[in-house]
Amino acid sequence: MTEPDINIQNIYSILEEVKDPEVPVLSVNDLGIIRKVEMIFDDNGKTRFEIIITPTYSGCPAMDAISTNIRMALFAHGITNFSIKQVLSPAWTTAWMSETGKQKLVNYGIAAPNALHEKFSDKIMDDKGPAACPLCSSTNTSVISEFGSTACKALYKCNDCLEPFDYFKCH
Amino acid sequence: MSTSLESYLLHLADNALLLGHRNSEWCGHGPVLEQDIALTNIALDLLGQARYFYQYAAELHGEKFTEDSFAYLRDANEFKNCLICELPNGHWGITVMRQFICSALQFHLYSKLQYSADERIAGIAEKALKETTYHLKWSRQWMIRLGDGTVESRERMIEAWGELKDYVNEFFEPAPYESELIITGVAVNPAEIQATFNDLMKEVFVEATIPFEFPDWTQKGGKAGLHTEHLGYILAEMQFLQRAYPGQSW
Repeated sequence: MTEPDINIQNIYSILEEVKDPEVPVLSVNDLGIIRKVEMIFDDNGKTRFEIIITPTYSGCPAMDAISTNIRMALFAHGITNFSIKQVLSPAWTTAWMSETGKQKLVNYGIAAPNALHEKFSDKIMDDKGPAACPLCSSTNTSVISEFGSTACKALYKCNDCLEPFDYFKCH
Repeated sequence: MSTSLESYLLHLADNALLLGHRNSEWCGHGPVLEQDIALTNIALDLLGQARYFYQYAAELHGEKFTEDSFAYLRDANEFKNCLICELPNGHWGITVMRQFICSALQFHLYSKLQYSADERIAGIAEKALKETTYHLKWSRQWMIRLGDGTVESRERMIEAWGELKDYVNEFFEPAPYESELIITGVAVNPAEIQATFNDLMKEVFVEATIPFEFPDWTQKGGKAGLHTEHLGYILAEMQFLQRAYPGQSW
């Protein structure tokens, strides 16, 4: 069996099918954890793809699942000549999340990382919060807990519509 | 054979693992659900950071060593964490203050370690700094909430400082493996971050209205493998499965 004729763009399209298991509306492309896909030619003239990913949070248990799911998705398309490499630096930031990804988050009911705070700051006093309630769009919100149901989320409530909601932390 | 680099990596990893393990003991026991979740999330970040350091150490070590070999198959005298990380959780005030102290130490450490001459360590520190900053923000808020809270919560925070103050300065005395790596720019000289750490401590203690004096004495030994009796109990629980059923996996 010969490898199907594929290019880097095909790989990205397949990666679009791989979702974050914790936030299933976001693809790994939307999340910004795919840092690069490279086509490598080995000495025998064969091609191989290297997919470089970076973790969101150090202990995020979804990372192993994501890695496996990438593998399964590529296998499902008959692609076997690839490897997945994890890099830590530069450290993942929510600034790498795509605009469509942010919109998908809000539609899903999770406030997107606030672009105003996306530049990482080590000033511990900085107060970071959502731009608006994902349900009624009010900007009058308050924090319930800095930590939420997953490593990437905090818990807020809207002071106008009174709904509690998840906020994808700016990181 | 253990090199200075391996010892330093284990020191960094053990600090994160032990503190993370202590925090995980709060799972299901937090005062309110949100804070139970907060501590377990912090534990998860710490475990993740520990894994990066262990993985690097395992690659250097060779001989089929993995990250798990370090966590599950070393005895207490081979652990190199600072003693403060292994102390029992005590009450909520002690847990909060210990987390604040450790986050402040890690914050100042990683801020410099992200420029380490060792690229791999620098990458881990850069990643860990972001998470640590968030932990510091959370624990700082709790320091103030409890210290400047009710009569009882303030008393408990004063008690917490009494329990912890003799374990803070161990961090600032470099172990031989640290000294060796400071020269080559791989390790951070912990003594160099003491002043900024103290400034932050003082600022937060004043805001939290907790009486504060810089400790002039410290318990030590952890960096060299001399631990409190508490570590043995942690390892007995954490390592039981791999000791009883070697190589067992999911």
